[in-house]
Amino acid sequence: MRYLITLLTCFAAISAIPAYGSDDGVNPRTGAPASWPEPVKRSRFSQFLIDRLEAGFADAEDTNVWDAQGWYGGDVHKGWLKTEGEGAQGEPLESAELQLGYGRMIGRFWDLQVGVRHDFRPDPDRTFLAFGVQGLAPYFFEVDAASFISDDGDVSLRIEAEYELLITQRVILQPRFELNAAVQSVPEAGVGSGVNTTETGLRLRYEISRKFAPYLGFEWTQRYGETADFAREERAPTSVNALVVGVRAWF
Amino acid sequence: MSQPNTPATLLQRREFLQGALGAGGLLALNSLLPAYAATQFAPGLGTVTPPNRRHAADTLMDIAIREQRLELAGQRPKAMTLNNSIPGPVVELYEGQRASLRVTNHLAEDSSIHWHGILLPFEMDGVPGVTFPGIKPGDTFNAEFDVRQYGTYWYHSHSGLQEQLGVYGPMVVHPAEPEPWAYDRDYVVMLSDWTFEDPHRVLANLKGMADYYNFQQRTSEDFIRDARKAGTGAALADRAAWGGMRMMATDIADITGETYTYLMNGLHPAGNWTGLFRPGERVRLRFINGSAMSYFNVRIPGLPMTVIQADGQNIQPVETDEFQIGVAETFDVIVQPQEDAAYTVMAESMDRSGYTRGTLAPRLGMEAAVPPLRERPMRTMVDMGMDMSMGGGHGGMKGMQHGDMPKMKGMDHQGMSGMQGKDTASGSAHGSMAHGMRPSTDMKTSPAISGFAKLSASIPNGQDQAIESRMERAGPVVARHDPDTHGPGNISVATVQRNRLGEPGTGLEDVDHRVLTYADLRNIQPNADTRPVDREIELHLTGNMERYMWSFDGKRFHEVDSTVRFNYGERLRLILVNDTMMEHPIHLHGMFMELENGHDGRLPLKHTLSVKASERASLLITANERGRWAFHCHLLYHMKMGMFRVVEVV
Repeated sequence: MRYLITLLTCFAAISAIPAYGSDDGVNPRTGAPASWPEPVKRSRFSQFLIDRLEAGFADAEDTNVWDAQGWYGGDVHKGWLKTEGEGAQGEPLESAELQLGYGRMIGRFWDLQVGVRHDFRPDPDRTFLAFGVQGLAPYFFEVDAASFISDDGDVSLRIEAEYELLITQRVILQPRFELNAAVQSVPEAGVGSGVNTTETGLRLRYEISRKFAPYLGFEWTQRYGETADFAREERAPTSVNALVVGVRAWF
Repeated sequence: MSQPNTPATLLQRREFLQGALGAGGLLALNSLLPAYAATQFAPGLGTVTPPNRRHAADTLMDIAIREQRLELAGQRPKAMTLNNSIPGPVVELYEGQRASLRVTNHLAEDSSIHWHGILLPFEMDGVPGVTFPGIKPGDTFNAEFDVRQYGTYWYHSHSGLQEQLGVYGPMVVHPAEPEPWAYDRDYVVMLSDWTFEDPHRVLANLKGMADYYNFQQRTSEDFIRDARKAGTGAALADRAAWGGMRMMATDIADITGETYTYLMNGLHPAGNWTGLFRPGERVRLRFINGSAMSYFNVRIPGLPMTVIQADGQNIQPVETDEFQIGVAETFDVIVQPQEDAAYTVMAESMDRSGYTRGTLAPRLGMEAAVPPLRERPMRTMVDMGMDMSMGGGHGGMKGMQHGDMPKMKGMDHQGMSGMQGKDTASGSAHGSMAHGMRPSTDMKTSPAISGFAKLSASIPNGQDQAIESRMERAGPVVARHDPDTHGPGNISVATVQRNRLGEPGTGLEDVDHRVLTYADLRNIQPNADTRPVDREIELHLTGNMERYMWSFDGKRFHEVDSTVRFNYGERLRLILVNDTMMEHPIHLHGMFMELENGHDGRLPLKHTLSVKASERASLLITANERGRWAFHCHLLYHMKMGMFRVVEVV
């Protein structure tokens, strides 16, 4: 939680940076008195994207999933927030995480992100430092790759990639791939060392508007190695094929 | 400075007041009618005082900026109006007289009015933060100046996004001496774009997703069509080439008909603005593009147009069938319909996502067929500034040497005579050519680049063949980009820079009738200043579409720490290089720019130059107006994002 408070303070600091500076005398950009307003004011923007809000239907169990992220800021500096979680329908959540951080433009298509991640589930909760890059790779792959260091010093890695294939102007097929890996084994979190899980999904959405698109899809989740062993001990499946129904939305 | 209240000016003012009341009365009547009827054409809209009824006099006029609901495009949105209408009233001034335009701000926020294209003391120019502090709510600003020119101009707010909300209007300055052409009717045809969304929301949408409003993207259906024509490999390679650059061939307009309703004199197509004529009469149409973001392609099927003015400046009359009008440009044409029939004045948005239209007719209520929207254009390698002389091999993209120069035919082609004698270090064209080129986008690593060329070259028919032949007809390469890629705020550079002044513009490359080009514009009188150029200034138009960042030289306005200095009295060459893949209408306040289009000694004067994708354009300026002048891209949201500089003439 310490991390979270620090991060919230950072957010506040970013918001407090004046949109345009003013000093006595002359504005060097305009040659006009500095007390006059800027002819073009800097603006900040925000976006909150719920990429997946879905119900999954599989043989083993039916699940609910959310995966969302938001940002606030300018072109170069942004504060960001990411959250995702999952649980069997009617059961307590299996996983729930929140990330908060600061992002900086480091290239034409890429942001460097540092932040804090807190997993409220599984129990016991854990906190991580997060370092990552997010952006648009060649061929229009949306990529989000981050490494995490837990407060116990355990290191893990997550890579997500999405692509959008336009079937029509509003019917969009979205392949999605996610890989989770860890350096150390953390049995109480059900995490083995090496590749933990992959999620491979295909979602077909219809954009009623850019901001609201229901979808149907399929997702295959696979656990590997030690992580799969932990799952077996819990009598949980190591491989799940699920039909998913959900909405993608942004504000 | 104060204006004597002569009887003439008082009379003038009373007439204007009556006009305003009349318009108000009409509005009141309109509000009683159902929406569909209320936005119908009202007789007289767009009419300019005919030549035989003009009396040169000082103009004293009150202009009120208000926020109000009004009938627009079949609905009743909240908008910002000028004297209760959108567009504002036709402001008519007389050359050699004095103008006193009193702008009162009834908004709850600061406002301003800029007189676009008008020569005046800079303090009257109406750019908040540059020429004055702006007009506070409830305050009045009196723009007073001697009228030193004539022609067709316009005026608009220079504050925030108010222009998108309706704060714009036409301005006509009548000449002191008789004009070199005769006409019987005189109409303003002001084109604009309207959105029922909050413009700030529109901008936020673009920030969240750059192609938010593009619903004309290439889909799997297009892919299958291309694959059938050229083979799957070529189609894939073409997609891979664009994908590798992370750019879209269908990126023609940032904001489209998805949210825009396009207006002609404030009326949507169903409103059908109508200009009356008697068969055989000569009708002057003063086209003004008062859009925030939209380029139009304008034609009147069945009626040739004689273009007589561009940006309010007389040119040698040139007959054409269609022209492209960039944002903030004006073109005056004379037409002479002989038939007792209606003619459609058709203005398609450049990306073909919509249109507006009006009618020239002998009687009210008539209309002619509205032609269907033509196929949406696509960007090409020419727009990308890619080097096609290399024949496609990606290895060959590297290290372009001097030895390849002969391939760039037409080096010192028309209009670029100005390229020689360049003596500044600012990205010298010749210097950069000697250095060879450094491909700045990821395309250098893309093996697909050859397929990109192949698709265009091998597709046997249809639009793609047209694209191929269009690339062959593109203007000559005149320079290459130096190694500076302008930082992360800029996605790509114009590796090869072309003189594209002879090209008709996006979407008009393949039409089967005449289209006006910048190369056609020839000043009707000799240029006044024939001195050689003292200095050259080169500015690059840059942007990052993905992040919706726009700038000059990769720097957004708040990132620069100086003005652009012109020395008073000096003769300058301003070189604009468009490193982006879209057009930018670049506007200099306070001074006209002479476009170096080959008509040496008779260069046309422009206040706004639409610079085509990967074009290198050259302008001559006599810095004879002291003060601080805004210089910016006239795409409103690009300016708002920082594609703005201040020119200081000291």
